[in-house]
Amino acid sequence: MSVGERDPYTGHMTTGHEWNGIKELNAPVPKAVLFFLAATFIFALGYWILMPAWPTGVAYTRGLLGIDQRMTVAESVAAATRDRAVWAQKVIDGDYAAVQADVALMRTVRQTGRTLFGDNCAVCHGQQGQGGKGYPAIAKAPWLWGGEPETVAETIRVGINAAHPDTRVSQMMAFGRDNILERPELLKVAAYVHSLSHKSDAPAATLKDGKAVFEANCVACHGDDAKGKRDVGAPDLTDNFWIYGSDLQGIYETIYRGRQGQMPGWENRLSSLERKILTLYLLDLRQTRN
Amino acid sequence: MSIFGLHYKLERSAIGFTLAVIVAASIGGLVEIAPLFTIDETVEPAPDMRVYTPLELAGRNIYIREGCYACHSQMIRTLRDEVERYGPYSLAVESKYDHPMLWGSKRTGPDLARVGSKYSDQWHVAHLINPRDVVVESKMPPYGWLMRNKLELNDLGLHLKAMRKVGVPYSDAQIANAVKDAIGQASPDSDEATGVSERYGEATNVRAFDGLPGTVTEMDAVVAYLQILGRLTDAAHKTPMKAE
Repeated sequence: MSVGERDPYTGHMTTGHEWNGIKELNAPVPKAVLFFLAATFIFALGYWILMPAWPTGVAYTRGLLGIDQRMTVAESVAAATRDRAVWAQKVIDGDYAAVQADVALMRTVRQTGRTLFGDNCAVCHGQQGQGGKGYPAIAKAPWLWGGEPETVAETIRVGINAAHPDTRVSQMMAFGRDNILERPELLKVAAYVHSLSHKSDAPAATLKDGKAVFEANCVACHGDDAKGKRDVGAPDLTDNFWIYGSDLQGIYETIYRGRQGQMPGWENRLSSLERKILTLYLLDLRQTRN
Repeated sequence: MSIFGLHYKLERSAIGFTLAVIVAASIGGLVEIAPLFTIDETVEPAPDMRVYTPLELAGRNIYIREGCYACHSQMIRTLRDEVERYGPYSLAVESKYDHPMLWGSKRTGPDLARVGSKYSDQWHVAHLINPRDVVVESKMPPYGWLMRNKLELNDLGLHLKAMRKVGVPYSDAQIANAVKDAIGQASPDSDEATGVSERYGEATNVRAFDGLPGTVTEMDAVVAYLQILGRLTDAAHKTPMKAE
């Protein structure tokens, strides 16, 4: 084994290795490195004692601070609820008209409502409530089930054709696919429905026949005047708002295939406060849009 | 410094140094293995936990194939903003039958851990065919071929069998009827459909997910899978969210 000797120039020992007359210094580890090494050791030791760390076979050491991430999140949610209580309680207690009349409160409702709407409703109804094919433009279109605040809140709660036990149910039959009507009748009634809201160039005889088909098959839900019925969610066919397309082709397709649009119920996902905020937000959105 | 002195001595002994290297390296292994000692305490009990049906499992495989996990996580963390946006935080038991788990860590799109039954089947179909048809601001790529591709059914039983090998409690009957159950789940009112609720529970969604009863497409499988996310057990909804 080679033996180190003291280097005359630096004062350090050498390792004793020698290559062609070159000797290797055995300088000590710099103090700063040792310091940080020791500091991390001490930090780790403290962390083990204070925080959950070591498995002990069936459980683990909980740490003196007793910190549990699940408790932490529960506390911060509770704290947020307490912070919100200042205005949330007013929303919970007040009836819709009272909340709507409170300008400062509505400012908060609008802010919270926008977030809730964006997270839950916007994927179908659009960020601005503009809707899309198959999804009503709730910021503008006439209500299918009624526009009273309580009615809107109920629609949000139970949904339409949803899994909720109290869900609103609305089914338009597939008059073509299920062979309820023959193709000539379908074409005529489509032309008639189209003529209710558009300038139609269809022959008068077609419209007359179409009207007869309409009266025999459609009035039960859409009403004698074709203005729709809110208790079954049947839309008004005489206005300019269409869920599935307003052109002749779109109307034909709807009559042929039937429609049963679905809106999930939100009772299990959103609290009653959140649903009330959404209702208020939606009514407010319509007011500013119209 | 004595610790360096020890090292000085140790590196001069072949056997001693080898043993020291083994000890040092095994610490790394121990740190990975030791948490598994407490797995029973980590995975919460959930007696109502259901297994994926063959159709949902097929959808899960397509989810992996198409790389959905690269942009969507399936893990709601214990943070206030996540809990308020997505719902109760994810529990370990909810991924009990996920092999491999798809928690993910990257969210270009939103988290999907609680997306099950949040939107309608029709919405999912429209959204997968072209996301921008329903969400104008979306940057998700379209997956129109899911609607055109027939689902590969023949190997479903083998997939179930493989899952059983890694601990998912599929019964022999479930494995034997995998193909029938996949067809049945996507074809309500068919003869095959009754067996699905028998073998997988009444809460199983039996619907024509893609809107076309009778044909089992990849769209059926993916939508069936998305609609079950977060709904295999109610355990997460029962966990107390109140601070003690």
